[in-house]
Amino acid sequence: MTDVARRLSPRANLWIRRGLFLLGILVAWQVLAWMGLWPAYIFPSPSAVASSLLSGFSMGMFAKGILGSLGRLLQGYLIATVIGLTLGLLLAQVRWLKETLGLVVMGLQALPSICWLPLALLWFGLNPQAILFVVVMGSVLAISQATEDGVRNSPPVFIRAARNLGARGWQLYPYVILPAALPSILTGMKLGWAFAWRSLMAGELLYALPGLGNLLMMGRELNDMGQVVAVMLIIITLGLASDQLVFGALERRARERWGLLAR
Amino acid sequence: MQALEVVTVSKFYPTRSGDLLALSEINLTVAAGEFVCAIGPSGCGKTTLLYILAGLETPSSGQVHVNGETVTGPDPSRVLLFQEAALFPWLTVRDNVEFGLRMKRVPAAERHKTSDRLLKMVHLEAFDDAWVHELSGGMKQRVALARALAVDPAVLLLDEPFGALDAITRQLLHDELQELWMRMGKTVVFVTHNVREAVVLGDRVVVFSPRPGRILADHPIHLPRPRHIDDLATAELAGRIASDLQLTEAIRHD
Repeated sequence: MTDVARRLSPRANLWIRRGLFLLGILVAWQVLAWMGLWPAYIFPSPSAVASSLLSGFSMGMFAKGILGSLGRLLQGYLIATVIGLTLGLLLAQVRWLKETLGLVVMGLQALPSICWLPLALLWFGLNPQAILFVVVMGSVLAISQATEDGVRNSPPVFIRAARNLGARGWQLYPYVILPAALPSILTGMKLGWAFAWRSLMAGELLYALPGLGNLLMMGRELNDMGQVVAVMLIIITLGLASDQLVFGALERRARERWGLLAR
Repeated sequence: MQALEVVTVSKFYPTRSGDLLALSEINLTVAAGEFVCAIGPSGCGKTTLLYILAGLETPSSGQVHVNGETVTGPDPSRVLLFQEAALFPWLTVRDNVEFGLRMKRVPAAERHKTSDRLLKMVHLEAFDDAWVHELSGGMKQRVALARALAVDPAVLLLDEPFGALDAITRQLLHDELQELWMRMGKTVVFVTHNVREAVVLGDRVVVFSPRPGRILADHPIHLPRPRHIDDLATAELAGRIASDLQLTEAIRHD
């Protein structure tokens, strides 16, 4: 074992250790379930969760839920990105907006996004737009804040150099101001995605729409703990994948290229 | 012919404890194709003067004329090279060089030809696809030089561009800059606090006083080119100019 461990790269070694740890949890979980200390609707066995996953996917129920949730997420996130970028840019560039609207934005950041749901239900009625509104409100401020910070903190020498080389007025935005702020904007977009995801799940739990939150509540109503845990695992997996694979990689690449990361 | 004319330029910055005078009634003329070095202790306003020449700052009083026209803002006919190179990290080396041409909407094929020629000139043709963070300090300044030359400015303004480089790289870049200048005949204003560097590069060395910046002396340098930092004549002349500077330092510490 030690011989094998020594020959592998540190990275492979890390993943072997992690895999063994997860396997250990799984075994302990299964043993506890076999001991029968708690009823299955309190403490499901890993095999019950696995069979829930299997049947859920084979019946198409999970795929439909995932697609429903992701579709809503993407829609809300896109709206939030467009509004957030614009708002952040305006707050960074227009002083009187920062002094006035900036205060409101700061205050709203203290409000957990799910608190918008009652208002949204009254505004939009019992329909998907209400959830969409909560998702947008959940992520827009993170994106606008990061955009504002990025624009404000990007080195002024870039703008001087660009003006010096003949860049004028609007040209500065696509060619200098936004790219210079990109590492910070990506951080904000990652944060915004995470917030959108959390807001969506909260919204779906409270208000029935075909989606993962609804599947979770359905598991509860049927006393089917296997399904509850299975859906939780799906939510974790989707969140991790988007966070690490998509945004993590993008952010790392930008930070490295912008010289913000020690190589 | 005078390419550059600075007429009684003063600059002050408002601070909490009153106005801070950075430049005091500077008069300076630079002939077309001339290489002028400005030296002085740090904080003497020589960088401020360069920013005013570039049009990135406005003088509090006085005027700057370039080829007969009064400077009112930045223009690609006068390009400033910053101390820290200020390359855009989101662009490749080639895209950095082509930046000014892209702003002028020069077609891609033409841009490419210009960047090819300039990258070859600064010996970085093999790095056209590299990212800025992959370059050494000397390479960054070379790219910055190529980026400035791409817009074909009449006047090049350099703000201690080699200040952060090691001695060997700096010497190499002195050679290259002299060679380029002799070939292209651009008007150059080069700011440094290194007297030897000023003597190696300049047709004239203009000495600034500590704040508020005033021109104390204007030394013509008649040594044959190309010059090197270790040449005896260079060293000797630099020594004499340096004693001027020490004198001003002494005044400041009185």
